[in-house]
Amino acid sequence: MSNFSGEIARILNIRKTLASLLQYTTSQAKNVFTNHCLPPLLALSGFFLLCGIVLQIQGQNPLEFYSIIFVSAFSTFDDFGYVLFNATPLVFTGLAVAIAYKSGLFNIGCEGQLYAAAFAAAWIGIHLNLPAFLMIPLCIGGALIAGAIWSAVPGFLKARYGAHEVINTIMMNFIAFALMNFLVTSVYQEPGQMIPQTPQIYETARLPRLGSLLPILPQSNPLNLSFFFACGCVVLCYIFLAYTRWGYELRLLGNAQDVAAYGGINPQAVTVWVMALSGAVAGLAGVTEVLGYRYRFLDNFSSGWGFTGIAVALLGRNNPFGIFVAAVLFGLLNKVALDIEILLEIRRGLFLAGQGVLIIWLVCTEGISRKNR
Amino acid sequence: MIFQLIPSTLRMATPLGFAALGGIYSERSGVINLALEGMMLIGAFGYVVGSQASGSTWIGLLVGMGFGFVFALLHAVATITFQAEQIVTGIAINILALGITEFLVPTPEQVGGLPQWKLPFIGSYSFLVYLLPLLMVVSHMLLFKTPWGLRLRAAGESTEALEAMSLSRTKWQYFGVLLSGILASIGGCFLASEVHYFTKGMTAGRGYLALAAVIFGNWRPLSGVAACCLFGFATALELANRWNIPVQLLHSLPYILTMVVLAGFVGKSRPPASLGKIKS
Repeated sequence: MSNFSGEIARILNIRKTLASLLQYTTSQAKNVFTNHCLPPLLALSGFFLLCGIVLQIQGQNPLEFYSIIFVSAFSTFDDFGYVLFNATPLVFTGLAVAIAYKSGLFNIGCEGQLYAAAFAAAWIGIHLNLPAFLMIPLCIGGALIAGAIWSAVPGFLKARYGAHEVINTIMMNFIAFALMNFLVTSVYQEPGQMIPQTPQIYETARLPRLGSLLPILPQSNPLNLSFFFACGCVVLCYIFLAYTRWGYELRLLGNAQDVAAYGGINPQAVTVWVMALSGAVAGLAGVTEVLGYRYRFLDNFSSGWGFTGIAVALLGRNNPFGIFVAAVLFGLLNKVALDIEILLEIRRGLFLAGQGVLIIWLVCTEGISRKNR
Repeated sequence: MIFQLIPSTLRMATPLGFAALGGIYSERSGVINLALEGMMLIGAFGYVVGSQASGSTWIGLLVGMGFGFVFALLHAVATITFQAEQIVTGIAINILALGITEFLVPTPEQVGGLPQWKLPFIGSYSFLVYLLPLLMVVSHMLLFKTPWGLRLRAAGESTEALEAMSLSRTKWQYFGVLLSGILASIGGCFLASEVHYFTKGMTAGRGYLALAAVIFGNWRPLSGVAACCLFGFATALELANRWNIPVQLLHSLPYILTMVVLAGFVGKSRPPASLGKIKS
């Protein structure tokens, strides 16, 4: 008898545990949804609504605009390939901004870092002629180092002299633009060309296009292997930030600097390596261009990827997986902007302006929630 | 040789000077203003649109200033009232200005310049060139010699002092940011009035250069405008291009100098104590 009642109690207990577990997970999910998914989703719907209203005022049909978004992005694998191709560099710049932000630093210099890295990759690709299994890692390694150096300088100046990293990363951007312009017009310009670009890199340094590997994509689609690098980088960043000692130090510095210092973390050292890491990741965005798409360094190739990275990180709530989704979304917007410019004759400035409003909206909601806490 | 460079130095330095003065007001009140670039751009846009619509460059100047004011209001509401991240908001405003001006690009119709005043020995320049030194001295007096300036600076240096006087930090910060928007957009108007057209992204980083001048000048009007003249001289050298120096080196010189000064290698540049601090 006692055995029987014990059994009942055990079952009841399990049921109670299960119920409380279920309650916990639902409340957690609700929490995650309201805090992390709702604000970006609201901002996005606001963005599309705003675009629609502006078009209505301009005397165009917003519904046509919405339908073109879907047609332009999802109608064929080819179209979606372009979306992912556009998203690839943004994944890297978004991650770079988020890594710095998690430790309380702002990296506004992704643009300069990716130029420096792209040039390093191109330089190695032009001057060495080795088999692919050596060539590609060498090019990527060179790019990582160049990006890291370009952002470690502001990191060092911050750690050693207390100079604000925002100003210095901006300054380093302009220095990078000038230096790369000098190198590509005066030293490494392709002979006999007026375009400010280097010669092409060797075949062995090029990343294969996915069109040549997957039958569903046409050969002309520019989506290349670097997209998988981006996916890998997202997972690595997540593991790094959430499960490693360095990731913990980084987050601790961002959340509670005094606690970090008390806990034996050297804030200066962390500042320097976080900035270097952030710059290295930003540099990979330059690699996607040089090794994956153009096979050379072209002056001014990036259309503000470094700055879009800030929007991507914000929209993705500084979470690597969120950043991936946000980057795909921005890749989609870039693809759609191109088609809409041709089909509806709407200048893509509309999307750029909408992007600005989106960022302001997001930082305001963050600010309000900080204020109310 | 050097004297031939003076006219182009003045033309390059004037838009920077207005934007830098604007940056000083905003940053002295404790709000980081990376949006100078966007405010200049929208000012240039307003000047061209206003001049085209009304046929008068004075109206153009007013419209440009109005647009700058609206953008500054946006920055102020976001950063002060909603306590948004100031750096990100500034960048977003730059993106917004670039987008709006690209979307509503004005007709490529030439607009007139602002009235020119001719002075002996110096030459003939837009009246804004003469206004800048005046404004620089007035700003210096206002910021450092009047109770008004003391309170504005208190908003950026020591919130406690402001609270002890039972004054609102919000009000003074709004004041600083709005003034910076108007001044930066005058710089943009000057740019547009000199080239007579609006082109996409025509400020080309001048807002950031003005910000560099603010830092180089240690957040002070007199030395800030002096820094603008130095940077303007570097640009003038770059345009003249007589000495076989790579133009890119001259171009990046202001940025390198600013980094050096900010790090304190040559004369430490010190920002207002609670610059960028959100919680009062």
